[in-house]
Amino acid sequence: MINFVLLISRQGKVRLTKWYSPYSQKERNKVIRELSGVVLTRAPKLCNFVEWRGHKVVYKRYASLYFCMCIDEDDNELEVLEIIHHFVEILDRYFGSVCELDLIFNFHKAYYILDELLIAGELQESSKKTVARLIAAQDSLVETAKEEASSLSNIIAQATK
Amino acid sequence: MEQLKTIGRELAMGSQGGFGQSKEFLELVKSIGEARSKAEEDRIVLREIETLKRRIVEPDIAKRKMKEYIIRLLYVEMLGHDASFGYIHAVKMTHDDNLLSKRTGYLAVTLFLNDDHDLIILIVNTIQKDLKSDNYLVVCAALNAVCRLINEETIPAVLPSVVDLLAHPKDAVRKKAVMALHRFHHKSPYSVSHLIDNFRRKLCDNDPGVMGATLCPLFDLIAVDPTSYKDLVVSFVSILKQVAEHRLPKSYDYHQMPAPFIQTDKESQIKLLKILAVLGSGDKQASEHMYTVIGEIIRKGDSSSNIGNAILYECICCVSSIYPNVKLLEAAADVIARFLKSDSHNLKYMGIDALGRLIKISPHVAEQHQLAVIDCLEDPDDTLKRKTFELLYKMTKSSNVEVIVDRMIDYMISISDDHYKTYIASRCVELAEQFAPSNHWFIQTMNKVFEHAGDLVNIKVAHNLMRLIGEGFGEDAAAADSQLRSSAVESYLHIIGEPKLPSMFLQVICWVLGEYGTADGKYSASYITGKLCDIAEAYSNDETVKAYAISALTKIYAFEIAAGRKVDMLPECQSFVEELLASHSTDLQQRAYELQALIGLDARAVETIMPQDASCEDIEVDKNLAFLHGYVQQSLERGALPYIPEDERTGMVNVSNFRSQDQHESAQHGLRFEAYEVPKPPIPSKVAPVSLSSSTDLVPVPETLYSRETHQISSVRSSSEAGSSELKLKLDGVQKKWGKPTYSSSTSSSTNSTSQNPVNGVTQMDVAAAVNSRVRDNYDTREPRVEISPEKQKLAASLFGGSTKTEKRSSTSNKVPRASVSAPDRSQESKAAVALNEVAREKTNQSSPPPDLLDLDESTVTVVPASVDPFKQLEGLLDTSISSTTNHNSSGESNAPDIMTLYAETSASRESGSDGYSIPVIGDNVNLLSELSIAAVRGTTGETTVTPLSQSVKGPNAKDSLQRDAKVRQMGVTPTSQNPNLFSDLLG
Repeated sequence: MINFVLLISRQGKVRLTKWYSPYSQKERNKVIRELSGVVLTRAPKLCNFVEWRGHKVVYKRYASLYFCMCIDEDDNELEVLEIIHHFVEILDRYFGSVCELDLIFNFHKAYYILDELLIAGELQESSKKTVARLIAAQDSLVETAKEEASSLSNIIAQATK
Repeated sequence: MEQLKTIGRELAMGSQGGFGQSKEFLELVKSIGEARSKAEEDRIVLREIETLKRRIVEPDIAKRKMKEYIIRLLYVEMLGHDASFGYIHAVKMTHDDNLLSKRTGYLAVTLFLNDDHDLIILIVNTIQKDLKSDNYLVVCAALNAVCRLINEETIPAVLPSVVDLLAHPKDAVRKKAVMALHRFHHKSPYSVSHLIDNFRRKLCDNDPGVMGATLCPLFDLIAVDPTSYKDLVVSFVSILKQVAEHRLPKSYDYHQMPAPFIQTDKESQIKLLKILAVLGSGDKQASEHMYTVIGEIIRKGDSSSNIGNAILYECICCVSSIYPNVKLLEAAADVIARFLKSDSHNLKYMGIDALGRLIKISPHVAEQHQLAVIDCLEDPDDTLKRKTFELLYKMTKSSNVEVIVDRMIDYMISISDDHYKTYIASRCVELAEQFAPSNHWFIQTMNKVFEHAGDLVNIKVAHNLMRLIGEGFGEDAAAADSQLRSSAVESYLHIIGEPKLPSMFLQVICWVLGEYGTADGKYSASYITGKLCDIAEAYSNDETVKAYAISALTKIYAFEIAAGRKVDMLPECQSFVEELLASHSTDLQQRAYELQALIGLDARAVETIMPQDASCEDIEVDKNLAFLHGYVQQSLERGALPYIPEDERTGMVNVSNFRSQDQHESAQHGLRFEAYEVPKPPIPSKVAPVSLSSSTDLVPVPETLYSRETHQISSVRSSSEAGSSELKLKLDGVQKKWGKPTYSSSTSSSTNSTSQNPVNGVTQMDVAAAVNSRVRDNYDTREPRVEISPEKQKLAASLFGGSTKTEKRSSTSNKVPRASVSAPDRSQESKAAVALNEVAREKTNQSSPPPDLLDLDESTVTVVPASVDPFKQLEGLLDTSISSTTNHNSSGESNAPDIMTLYAETSASRESGSDGYSIPVIGDNVNLLSELSIAAVRGTTGETTVTPLSQSVKGPNAKDSLQRDAKVRQMGVTPTSQNPNLFSDLLG
C-alpha cells in the first residue's frame, strides 16, 4: 500500500502531503526533510525509485513539481509510477492544463481529487472519467443535492404536520 | 471532454475568486511562495497561526469564513506547523448540515487526525448518521473519513452501516465500502472475520471498479491463508483472462459503454497476478491452471507503456513464484532481457529485480545478462547499484564470493548512509562466513568490514573471527595455522596505526596480539606489549578494549616467563598496569592484579596457568569429581546420607543438559568449519554441437551462437578445452553499448575468427589495414568493444563464470607472446579456421541456395542474418557499387589486380607474423571470397531486405511518437516532457 503522498517543489517547498500510515507531526517533518534531500538531488535520467528505510519511494518530476509516493517493499514500482501519472492527468483535466499555481491556491481541491483516486493507501479508481465525474458531481451537485434534501425534508415536514 | 475541462477551470477560478478564498489567504500563499528562506517562511506561518487563533474563536463567524479558516489551518499544518488548536473546529464543521462545509470538515479531520486521536469519539456519531444519508456524496465523504479515522474500538459502531453500503446502488459507494472493510481488516482482522464471504461475493460485482477494489482485501486474506482460497483459483484465472483480453462480461459494461476501463484492467491484472502468485506457490495443480493465461499475457504484453511493463514484471514475479514451467520461464527470461537492454533506468531496475527472483528457480538465466548486470553495478545511479548488489547477493557461490564481497566492501566504504551501511556489512559478513574460499581471505575481509563499518557489525562476528584464528585449520595443519596467525598479526600491527578504529575491531586485535603476537618469534615481547599499551592509551575511555589489552599483556608476559626469558616491563606498561590497579572498574582491577601476581611466579607454574596456544583447548572438567570418591565412601560408611542430584530433588530439568544444548546451537550458528563447497563444474551449455566437416580437433561449436559469437568460439579454440565455452562471455544478451552495433554475423565468420583470437591480435590489424576501407570500417566499429571487454570480461567471468581458473587461463593466454606459440598449435588453429569457414559454407548452402546473379564457383554465400542492425544495413546499401564491381572481377576470374594485391598483402602480413606458418591457400581464398560475396549479396538483396528491417527497427518508435502525439492532443499537454504550457506560470 501507499504510505504517503508528497508533492514537493523543486525548491523543496511542500505543496501537498497525504499520510495513509500514522506519522506524528515530528516524523512527518523529518520524512519530508530527508526525502526532499534525497529526491531533489537525484540527477535526471536515473530511475524513479529510491530505496528508503525499508520502503521504496517512487517519484516523478513534472515541470518544477516532484510527486513522491512511498510504498511497501513488495509493491510494483511501475504501477505506482502509473498512478502518479494518472493523478497528474486527472489534475490536468480538472484544472485544464494544470500548473503549480493551481495546486498552490487550490490544494484542497487536489486533496479531494486524491481522495477519489486513492483510499486507505490503495488505488480505488483508475478511470479518469469516473474520477472527473465524481469530482464534478461534488462540486456542482452539492448545491442541488442540498436543495433536494431540504425540499425532501420540507415535504416530510409538511406531511407530518 | 472540452466541456469537462472548462467546467473544471471555471470551478477552479470560481473557488479562487468566489466563495472560498479571501484576499488575505491569497496574500498568505503568495508571501510564502516568495519567502526566501525557511526562517522567513516560518515567521510568516507563525504570524498566520496567531491570527487564526484569534479569529477562529470569535463568535458568529460566517460559514464561508469558517471554511476558509479551516483551509488555512490545513495549509499551516501542511507546512509542518502545529495547528492542533483548530482541530476541534474542524470536527465541529463535520456536524454542519451544509454539504460544502461538511465536506471541508471531513477533509480537514482526515488530514489532521490519526485514528488514535481523542477527538475521534466526537466524530463517530456524525459518521454514523452520514453513512445513512440519502445523498451519496455525503456517504462518500463519510466513508473517506471511516477509512482514515475509525480505529479498532470504534469499528463496531460503523460496521453494520458499512456492510449495508455494499449493496448501495452507486458503484463509487460500494467501492469505498469495500475499501473501508479492507481497512478494518487491516486494523483488526477479527472484527470483520465473519464478513469474508462478502468479499468473495463482491468479486462478482457488476462494476469492474468494485471488483478491482475487492482484490485488495482478498489479496491480504489469501496472503495469510492461501489454502482456504484455492477454490477461487479458477475464477481468478477466468477473470484475469477476460481482463487481459479486454473482454469483460456484458454485466461489466458500464452505462452501455463497452470496456471503458482499460486502465482498470491493467491495475486489476497486477493485483490478480499477485494473488495468483500467492495461490500458485508450491502448488502444482493450481499453477497448471494459470500457465496458459500468464503465457498469453506475456506474449501479448505491450512493453512500450509503463503499465504494460508493470504487468510484464508482475508476470515474472508470478512465474517465479508458482510451480515452475519451462516455457513460462523462458518467456520470463526474454522479458528480462528486454528490460535489461532498455535504456530506461526504471526498466533496468525492474529487470535486475526480476532477475533476482527468477534466478532462484533457474540459476543459469543470469549468465546471458552478465555484461548488463555489470553495467548496472557500475552505474552512477545508487538505487540501481543497490538493487544489483541484492542480485549479486542472491547469486553468490563459493566461486565468485571474492569478487562480490570485494565489490560490496568497496561500495560500503564509499557510502555514508548508516542504515544501508549496516545492511551491506551484514551481507558481506554473511557471505564471507558462508562461502569463504580460504581462512586468510576471510580474515582479510573481516578486517576490512570491521575497519569501515566499525561498530555497526554484530559482536558475534568478532567472536567468530577470533575463533577462526584460534582454531585454525585443525590438528593436521599446524604449519598453515601458524602462517595464518602470523599473517593476522602482521596485518593487525599494520592496521593499529590507523586512527579511530572501532572498539570491536580493537578487541579482536588485542586478543590476537596477546595470543599470537610473539608466537612466531618475529616480534619481540616488548614490541608487542608496547603496541598494546599504545592501544590502551589511545582508547583510554573504552573499558572493554582496556580489559582486552591487559589480558593480552598478561598472556604475553606469561609466555615469556614460560619460555624462560626474563621479563622486563616497559615503563609505559608499568604505568598502564598501575593505572588499572587503581581503576574504578573491578574487572580491570582484577585483571591487573592477576597480571601482577603472575609475573611473580616461576616458569613452571606460569606454564600451567597460561599454556601457550591453548585458547581453543577444551578445559577438562571432571564432572564426577572422581578424586573425592574415597572421601565420599568414607562418609557413607560413617552413615552419611547419599547425595541426591538436584534435579531429582526438585524435578528440575538438568541444567547441564541445557548448557550443552546451548553450545550445540551456537555452534550451528557460527562459522562453518567443514570444507567449503568445491566449485561446481559448469553446466554444459544447451546448444547442440555442429557436425564438423573436416577437423576433429575442434570442440563443439554452439550452433545458434555461432555467427554472432565468433570471438567466443575462437577463445574456445585457443584454450581447446571442451566445456569451457560456458565460462566465456556471452554478448548476445547484452545491450549493444558502445555505439555502433558490431558483429555482422556471418560476414565476419572468417575474418573474425582470426581477428578475435587474442593470440592473433596483431595479424588482425595487418589484415584490416590491407583489406579495403569497408572492411576497415567494420573493424573500426568493432574495436571499441574489443578494447573495453577484457576488464569487464574478467569481471563477468569471475562473477558468473563458475571458477576463477578461467580468469587465470584467459589472462595467461592473453599474455602469451606471439613468438612463443608453437607452430603446430598455429597450424591447428588455422585449420580450425578453415574448418569453421567450411562449416559456415555448409550451413549457408543448406539454408539458402546461392543467388544465380553471382556466378561464384566457390559459392561461399552466406545469408545476411536478420540481425537488427541499421548501420550494417546502411553500409550494405552504400557499398553496393563497390562490392558488385569487385565481385565481377572475382567471378570472372579475370585476375583482378587489386584483389590479388590485397590477397598478397594479407598473406604476406600473415606470413611475416609467424614463421613456418603455412596458410592453406584455399582457406584464405575462401575468406576473402566469402567476404566479398557477402557484400555482394548484401548489395543485391539490400533493397529488399533493408526496408522491412529498418521498418521494424523504427516501428515502435514511430508508434510511440504517434501515441504520444495522440495523448498530447487528447489532454492538451504532455506531462512527460518539458511542455512550456505546463507549469509555466509558476511562482519562483
